[in-house]
Amino acid sequence: MSFQTAPQTSSVRSMMQRRPADPGRIEKAKDPKRALKGLLRYLGPFKAGMAQVFFFVLIYTLLGLVGPYLMGVAIDRFISNKQVAGLATIALWMLAIYLLNNLFQAIAAWLMSDISQRALKQMRKDLFTHLQSLPIAFFDRNPAGELMSRLTNDIDAVNQAVSQNVTSLIASVLTMAGILVAMFILDRWLALASLLVVPIMFWFTQFVARYTRKGFRELQKHLGEMNAVIEESISGQKVIKAFRRNDSVVETFRQRNQAVFKAGVYANSYALLLMPLTNVLGNFFVIVLAGLGGWLALRNLVSVGIIATFISYGQNFTNPLRQLANLYNSIQAALAGAERVFEVIDTPAELDDGPQAVTLNAVHGDVRFENVNFAYRPGVPVLKDISLEAKPGEIFALVGPTGAGKTTIINLLTRFYEINGGRISIDGRDIRDIYKADLRRELGLVLQDTYLFSDTVMENIRFGRLDATDEEVFEAAKMADADHFIWQLPHGYDTLLSERANNLSQGQRQLLSISRAILANPSILILDEATSSVDTRTEARIQKALLRLMAGRTSFVIAHRLSTIRDANHVLVINNGEIIEQGTHQELLDKKGFYHHLYLSQFKGQAI
Amino acid sequence: MIKKILSFVKPYWKRATLALILLTSLVFMDLSIPRLIQRIIDQGINKHNQSVVLQTAAIMIGISILSTVIAVGNSVLSVQVGESVARDLRDTLFLKIQKYAYGNLDQQQTGQLMVRLTSDSSAVQRLVQISLRIGTRAPLLIIGSLILMFNTSPSLALTMLPLLAVTSIVIVFFIIKMEPLFRSVQQKLDRLNTVLQENIAGARLVKAFVRADFEGERFETANESYTDHSVRVMRFMSSMSPALTVFVNIGMVIVIWAGGLQSIHGNLSIGQIVAFTNYLLTTMTPLTMMTQLSQTWANGLVSAKRVNEILETVPEVQDAPDAASLPEPTPGRVVFENVNFHYNGNGDEAVLEGIDLVAEPGETVAILGATGSGKSTLINLVPRFYDTSSGRVLIDGVDVRKIKEDSLLAHIGIVAQETILFSGTIRDNIRYGRPDATDEQVIAAAKAAQAHDFILVMPQGYESHVEARGANLSGGQKQRIAIARALLLDPRILILDDSTSSVDVETETRIQQALDQQMHQHTSFVVAQRISTVLNADKIIVIDKGRIAAQGTHRELMQTSPIYQEIYESQLGNGFHAEQEPLVVEAGSVAK
Repeated sequence: MSFQTAPQTSSVRSMMQRRPADPGRIEKAKDPKRALKGLLRYLGPFKAGMAQVFFFVLIYTLLGLVGPYLMGVAIDRFISNKQVAGLATIALWMLAIYLLNNLFQAIAAWLMSDISQRALKQMRKDLFTHLQSLPIAFFDRNPAGELMSRLTNDIDAVNQAVSQNVTSLIASVLTMAGILVAMFILDRWLALASLLVVPIMFWFTQFVARYTRKGFRELQKHLGEMNAVIEESISGQKVIKAFRRNDSVVETFRQRNQAVFKAGVYANSYALLLMPLTNVLGNFFVIVLAGLGGWLALRNLVSVGIIATFISYGQNFTNPLRQLANLYNSIQAALAGAERVFEVIDTPAELDDGPQAVTLNAVHGDVRFENVNFAYRPGVPVLKDISLEAKPGEIFALVGPTGAGKTTIINLLTRFYEINGGRISIDGRDIRDIYKADLRRELGLVLQDTYLFSDTVMENIRFGRLDATDEEVFEAAKMADADHFIWQLPHGYDTLLSERANNLSQGQRQLLSISRAILANPSILILDEATSSVDTRTEARIQKALLRLMAGRTSFVIAHRLSTIRDANHVLVINNGEIIEQGTHQELLDKKGFYHHLYLSQFKGQAI
Repeated sequence: MIKKILSFVKPYWKRATLALILLTSLVFMDLSIPRLIQRIIDQGINKHNQSVVLQTAAIMIGISILSTVIAVGNSVLSVQVGESVARDLRDTLFLKIQKYAYGNLDQQQTGQLMVRLTSDSSAVQRLVQISLRIGTRAPLLIIGSLILMFNTSPSLALTMLPLLAVTSIVIVFFIIKMEPLFRSVQQKLDRLNTVLQENIAGARLVKAFVRADFEGERFETANESYTDHSVRVMRFMSSMSPALTVFVNIGMVIVIWAGGLQSIHGNLSIGQIVAFTNYLLTTMTPLTMMTQLSQTWANGLVSAKRVNEILETVPEVQDAPDAASLPEPTPGRVVFENVNFHYNGNGDEAVLEGIDLVAEPGETVAILGATGSGKSTLINLVPRFYDTSSGRVLIDGVDVRKIKEDSLLAHIGIVAQETILFSGTIRDNIRYGRPDATDEQVIAAAKAAQAHDFILVMPQGYESHVEARGANLSGGQKQRIAIARALLLDPRILILDDSTSSVDVETETRIQQALDQQMHQHTSFVVAQRISTVLNADKIIVIDKGRIAAQGTHRELMQTSPIYQEIYESQLGNGFHAEQEPLVVEAGSVAK
């Protein structure tokens, strides 16, 4: 059973849990060949190791075939003829062969564990490295939670198949082939009779698999619907309670749950048919051999020892057949998973640095936008013909209603997105000709959406500049007015922040984010709604610190609160992707235009 | 824990028992096959009796067919019981979570609750199902074939006993060692996934600070450590199967050697030897099955324990036995009497201390204060989302703890700080608290919340689809829909918790005006950051570190409260006074 769990919890799913191949994920890859090729590419570096594995598997399969044969020989030649010495010799041989068989089996498995895990490690690494190089637009398109749960599930499926099934697949196929050959050498008629079982077994498996697959597809659909209800109602539990919708939510859930139940009974009933049916076929096999063998033995066409050998082979033959049925599902799931992992790996990376990219040094901070046009989606322009010039050391405020395009301007300056037309330059150099890493290093960003890592407060601030000393971190936190609350945390600067930093308020998170930017000490400072969740008194204090920080640097400030903006040298009013007014705070007020209107609305009813 | 699981199986005990009976009869049939083969060899082949061979073969075919039917019956029954248990478990859990109070919800992460309802429930289901399918089969098969071995040849069977004992010890060793190994891999995996998750969710930040290499190293460390551990576990697991088959194989050799010797001395037939090897295989296979079973059992029990924790949680807020409904109509006078509040019982630092407050019917009470000062906590006490640690909250003279939850919440409309919308149409979202509202009422509420205009611009207007968590709407749009949702209730008491923070100032002003027109129909609590939001309130409460630092009207507070003056200054800037027109504001000091 596979549930799509919430993003935070996907990690709870184990990659190592030995479940039978998860039948809920019987999903075919669109292009299994390509997925398989991709997977094999990861086994490529281990060619020598794989050859060894194959060698050991081959040997232990052959040894496995010799054992039952020797048993037959022991019965026919020595027990029946009462030869103790011969029996002793053959028993010793059997022992030796069995021990070697198991030893080689273990060696093959040991080798394969290492190979499969190293190969998967490389795959995870490639995936991660590539994820880092993907453009921000990719992350916009794929919500973090969804991407995360998809990737962990997919890697999980590949992991299960590769680590558990490669050797058993090889061994199963080899064993079956070997047994068939051995059977034909020993006795033609019994071998032919055994062969009859194979098509019946295949037909059974196919029959069951068809219904199972249909059943699980249906189950998966219902599970998805139920999980959507669970996810939504749990995350919205407080609202549900406040608006007294518990009963109707429970009712909806019950219906979905019942549908899952029905689909589950149907799918699993078919899936579990496979085991009794293959068991029974195994028994049939033995019975046919015993019956036919007995009949042949009566006519002296076959010896008792050979019947014993065949029965033993029979058991060894049906086991791999049974396994193959399971393997089929698990391999399908793995290929489908691999395909999606490769899809991510094959997504084009961020545009590379230009061919004449240069290193930035000693940035003055003269930032210019010249007739910049931009659209996230073709046909829906977000910025239209934007031109602006920020001189070194200036504070540049971007003002306008939600959705006007303020954050987009920042996103273009950092080259999170590529412009569609026009030119953006720093100190006269087109930013497309600057190494991205250099460019971003000069830009200190405090984003609207603060993000903290699950690490200590200290390390979270140090993220801004990795080689900063503890004292420098304290200093930065003090400047951002964060020092005070940090000391109130259970372990001060060593307090571990949880994944989503639930233990901090939004305002406190913003203060840490500001500390980080202060520590980074960038040439150009960008504050995107950096203090929106901080109360105004605290904000006023940070404002002073920020003013000190901004001194001598070009700064871009986006804010809803006009009080934040008053200190700017230059205010740019943006509406619908166009610059509609610009000037100083006072000039714009005097103009009595859009800005004046915005300003008034904030302080309406002032003169009481 | 097993008791708890059994209590969920109980309603289906008939089917479960039947499944076990079928399973037991299956074991007898499995065991009869080697015995019948022995008969073919000894009495058929060796005595040259063709009819015995054919007859026995026919019996075996009959048994096989019968056992198939039984096995299918057992499978179907165990699936039904397993799925039923899972369904009931999910229903019970879901219902329980619905009864959770805010305090209970705070202690549980959303993700964890999800896992209880999904993965954990199905782990329990697997446990039930596998127990009914092979749980009793393995021990029965072992005991049965042991008995038959003794029956066939006591002396030969005795030689098998030490082997069985060693095998059992080895299996126990594997089972004991497995758990901690798996746990350590799980921890490494969690770490790996955390780094992955952080880099996906924090992609923008990693790029902005050019930390790809640093993060790459972090990932590599986690990846390496996970790989090391999983190689170790895989090796351990993969040596288990050869380690066990080696015993089966040694057993085979012993049977051939010791059995062969006995046969040479005429004490054992060849058919018995063949039967014996079959019994040996039948005994050993279930033993290896046990290792898999133990995994499922271990997982299932851990899950059952976690599920049980949820089931045993007592909702922090429950209707008192003597709780009554509020009278209709109720005026909506809210009084706080010396209220103290600590989040975790009385252990933690107080969040609220000595709060005394009266909101007259129709009054607007604004609450100001620094981040973390206790504003949200204060208003959460009115709808009894939390219970006070001491002191009382009264609505029209009745302690909220004596009011039925349903009746209490019916009179309160809330717009929370964090906006949560549900998937469905915009219309459905607005009338979430009043599903029977007419379209006119929905539109009126949307208009008041300044949402009507942007809704009309959307492709399908009020029928436009809202994705889960309102992912396709901007923060400001979501907040306005949430306001409309609360206004539609036409509640006696309206609570707005910083509910216009993502709305631009101009829109906020319009919402404010619309609310002002309506305000006197309800008693309102407004938590806000911006002074402009609170100017017209009948009463402004300034909260500082959990205490009421000042209360009064804007004019009064400007005279008396230094904190309020400071907040005011911080928003309106230096040298700006209430008496002045905004236009004479000096440009702020320009830093250079």
